Amino acid sequence: MNIRLYVLQRITALIMAPLTLGHIAVMIYAVQDGLSASEILGRTQGSIIWFLFYGTFVVAVSIHAAIGVRVIVSETFKFVGFTLDAFAWFVLLAMLFMGGRAVLAVTLL
Amino acid sequence: MSTKQEDIDVSVWRGDPHSGNYENFKVPAQESQTILDVISWIQQNQDATLSYRFACRVGMCGSCAMMVNGIPRWTCRTHLNKVLNGNKLVVAPLRNLPVIKDLVTDMDPFFDKWIAAEGLHHPSKTRLDPIEEIEPKSIGRVEIDTGIECINCSICYAACDTVTNNSDYLGPAALQRAWTVYNDVKDADKQTVLDAVSGDGGCLNCHSQGSCSVHCPNDLNPMNAIAGLKRATVASLFSRKG
Repeated sequence: MNIRLYVLQRITALIMAPLTLGHIAVMIYAVQDGLSASEILGRTQGSIIWFLFYGTFVVAVSIHAAIGVRVIVSETFKFVGFTLDAFAWFVLLAMLFMGGRAVLAVTLL
Repeated sequence: MSTKQEDIDVSVWRGDPHSGNYENFKVPAQESQTILDVISWIQQNQDATLSYRFACRVGMCGSCAMMVNGIPRWTCRTHLNKVLNGNKLVVAPLRNLPVIKDLVTDMDPFFDKWIAAEGLHHPSKTRLDPIEEIEPKSIGRVEIDTGIECINCSICYAACDTVTNNSDYLGPAALQRAWTVYNDVKDADKQTVLDAVSGDGGCLNCHSQGSCSVHCPNDLNPMNAIAGLKRATVASLFSRKG
């Protein structure tokens, strides 16, 4: 773990924390009002705010998790050098793709 | 412990760097008996070829650390009745270090990492300068006090899972030493210390599991020192770019 990855992982954690709390708060609010899935999608689709909210979260969690998983495979499977970096990039891109796809589905018209 | 003499079942790891296994001994229990007493009794009465390391026998030199029932301990200050599991005792060489023979480990990797972590003084004055006065209650000095009593026993190093999983990791003792040097106002090269402890095997690898602080026989807190190094490293990164 070098200083660049360490700082990046801490900064993304700082970004994720308030977004996670916001997500939970909205979920509790929505469920209490008895909103159906289609009613929720009616509010999120076409919303630039929800796109930025969940888009930022997906980017932060992808970077954060890729660095975390990089440490785990490095210590557990002794990956080093190019193999280790390639694996971390794969995790990052896979999470960005899957998360981005979900965000687009929920927020695009 | 009762005055009636009972035998303890002691399993001692025997072997060389390539192979080994546990050998069982019956050792008479005595009052106020330490683990080092048990090992010494075996060596003196049952098998003179048993190799182990000790020096001061009073918890100052840090030579006699071993794995006792799976936990790293200073054997000269560990009483048998504190760690006995039923009637059984298992003694092994320190974890995370290469074995030389039986209970003796090669401490070179441990001390090499002290040097790699720049845990050494970088002078700021010559012998002609007056001695700098250090206020005992100053922040840096108080911080140094929390780590200065390390006896180099390597118990924290043996307790650390990060060392087990990452052989390049400098380990708690070396990093704690670097933290004391970093806080020394008489040290002239703090950036060299930070550069040494923030590389691939440095303080940023610590998972803060805290085994070092739990098992330190002198109740030191290397995890706290490592956290301090992390903060100083990050602060240094931003101040250098700024």
